[in-house]
Amino acid sequence: MKPEDIIKPENKVYSRPRLLNDVNTHYCPGCSHGVVHKLVAELLEEMGVEDKAIGIAPVGCAVFAYNYIDIDWIEAAHGRAPALATAASRLNPECLVFTYQGDGDLAAIGTAETIHAANRGENITIIFINNGIYGMTGGQMAPTTLLGMKTATTPYGRNSELNGYPLAITDLLARLDGTCYVTRQAVHTPAAVRKTKAAIKKAFTNSLEKRGTSIVEIVSTCNSGWKLTPAQSNQWMVEHMFEKYPLGDLKNVEHKA
Amino acid sequence: MAKVYGAVTVDSKRCKGCDLCVVACPCDVLKLQPKDVNDRGYHYAFPENPDACIGCAACATVCPDACIEVYRVRE
Repeated sequence: MKPEDIIKPENKVYSRPRLLNDVNTHYCPGCSHGVVHKLVAELLEEMGVEDKAIGIAPVGCAVFAYNYIDIDWIEAAHGRAPALATAASRLNPECLVFTYQGDGDLAAIGTAETIHAANRGENITIIFINNGIYGMTGGQMAPTTLLGMKTATTPYGRNSELNGYPLAITDLLARLDGTCYVTRQAVHTPAAVRKTKAAIKKAFTNSLEKRGTSIVEIVSTCNSGWKLTPAQSNQWMVEHMFEKYPLGDLKNVEHKA
Repeated sequence: MAKVYGAVTVDSKRCKGCDLCVVACPCDVLKLQPKDVNDRGYHYAFPENPDACIGCAACATVCPDACIEVYRVRE
């Protein structure tokens, strides 16, 4: 069978989600952000909630998320996305409110907002992209940077005496009474992408049904910051990141305490 | 047993040549252009071996720029 016989609209099994705008993203080639944007756009379309979805964009590489997904967005000050999401979800209780944050945004400057929003059990979803580095500003050390990992500000590797230890903030959040679903996923293989999609879907459902705060951490790559090719970055992530940030559900309860 | 035929199309203008689809493909269908580049200077992906495609959509699932469309026929 020739490709031109197969390439017909009725045979299409996968296409670009309708909610992704027809623009080129500014992300580096192979960046995990693109895959997660695609999953969010697919899910909002499949769940039929695009009209009542409010996204809160962070500061970091994903700062232009509002240009890429065709829903309502609010741009937050650095780290303050959970605080804005609190306001948005309390004022519009019928809406699906989610934040999309990186590790520099969520685990460094926004630690207080993140922990207190989760502790209050706000009915929001937090999508947390953890690549262990500040990607946008040129690859400096983040709180989540692994010990011994070389970055622009730790050229000899992160040293626990000087820089402290990597912060597994999702583990902290799983201990709080306000959270109902805390999971850690990745998007390095087709199977992992499907699992991540199921996790984000569950988190969105929890938010719509007012069960508490849901957090989906996605262990990601930053091939520019790590100075590797996209395929090598995925390999490096499997070999090094998963030891400190193992995948799987950290908490999955019916309702916040 | 039913035979499955697949085909992929790559939006070469949008492709950034990250190589993730080439790694994800279980049937070695896709490859990056060795010399040609698109408007933005990336060696975009193309189906080098289209007959081997089974339409599993692994390439499209991992594509960060959503530039791959997948078609599948079962006979």
